Amino acid sequence: MVSLLQVIVIVFVLFAITRVFFRYQDKMINTFELVFWSLIWIAVAVVLFVPTITEPIARLFNVGRGIDIAVYFSIVLLFYLVFRLYVKLDTMNNELTKVVRKEAVKKRK
Amino acid sequence: MPKIFIVIPAYNEAESISQVIRGLRKEGYTNVVVVDDCSSDNTAETARKAGAAVLEHVINRGQGAALQTGTDYALEKGADIIVHFDADGQHDPKEIKDMMDPIKKGKVDVTLGSRFLRKGSNVPLLKRVVLKIGVIFTFFYSGILLTDTHNGFRALSSKAAGRIQINQDRMEHASEIIDQIKKKGIRYKEVPVTIRYTKYSRQKGQSALNSIKIAARLIWTKFLR
Ligand SMILES: Nc1nc2c(ncn2[C@@H]2O[C@H](COP(=O)(O)OP(=O)(O)O)[C@@H](O)[C@H]2O)c(=O)[nH]1
Ligand SMILES: [Mg+2]
Repeated sequence: MVSLLQVIVIVFVLFAITRVFFRYQDKMINTFELVFWSLIWIAVAVVLFVPTITEPIARLFNVGRGIDIAVYFSIVLLFYLVFRLYVKLDTMNNELTKVVRKEAVKKRK
Repeated sequence: MPKIFIVIPAYNEAESISQVIRGLRKEGYTNVVVVDDCSSDNTAETARKAGAAVLEHVINRGQGAALQTGTDYALEKGADIIVHFDADGQHDPKEIKDMMDPIKKGKVDVTLGSRFLRKGSNVPLLKRVVLKIGVIFTFFYSGILLTDTHNGFRALSSKAAGRIQINQDRMEHASEIIDQIKKKGIRYKEVPVTIRYTKYSRQKGQSALNSIKIAARLIWTKFLR
């Protein structure tokens, strides 16, 4: 039996993977990022259809249910990605300022 | 005679800027640099008409970024002493002399204006509380205990100005400058100044609430950079 949830998630996963691939074609992300994101989304799909697959990992970390480990992992990953985003934003802001400041001095009227 | 440059960061100060520039010229300061930060009023045009050299940021980058832009420009023009001065009329051009004096005498390389060194204070109560919290915050952040850490009135020798590099684009730059003074072992001194509080300046100035945001950003970047 395929549940409605599974259908929704798999459609979303397929959508996400095509996005990742298009970004790669546009050269917005590099090969490493392509592989990383593809694996993440494939993992989501696998866990969805074979939830028991997470059990050995859960046992390894002494966590009760298999699905819990997937949730924990997602939260950690999200935190990490938000952090990286922040750092990137900070760097971009700095670069932007550098450009604006250079222009200002160059174009002094 | 040392070459003196007055650097004024300005954001939407068309109402006050020309009077500020005229006040400076009257005291004999002819090298006035206004850094307009993409104001939505005609600050830049007004400042130019009043006789200042105007540098324009094409998008708003904040007071810290503007100070660095003006400082870079002044150094390029061969400044010996650079004075940071506000555009909203809160600073007194007559006090620039006192600010530069210790630098001219070679005693220090940076002077920091303080509104709390003279007896009796005209600072509004809430502002005073916020500023004192800023002082304590800066003490823990940089290890320097001053009487007034968030005062935009400063004078720097060209040597010091070249060594201090402001990376905090917005209001966090005030603590950052003090932080660098400490880290780089630059000789400094606080000089008493008077800050004028008018209806105009109080309406436009930094709110107490905003200072919480400033502190949070400083802590964040301390861990990040
Ligand atoms: N270039 C630039 N100057 C700014 C900006 N915000 C404030 N200023 C200027 O910095 C000075 C001090 O700002 P103000 O808001 O009055 O701070 P306060 O006096 O500490 O409350 C004034 O001359 C403002 O025009 C900004 O975003 N960019
Ligand atoms: Mg002000």
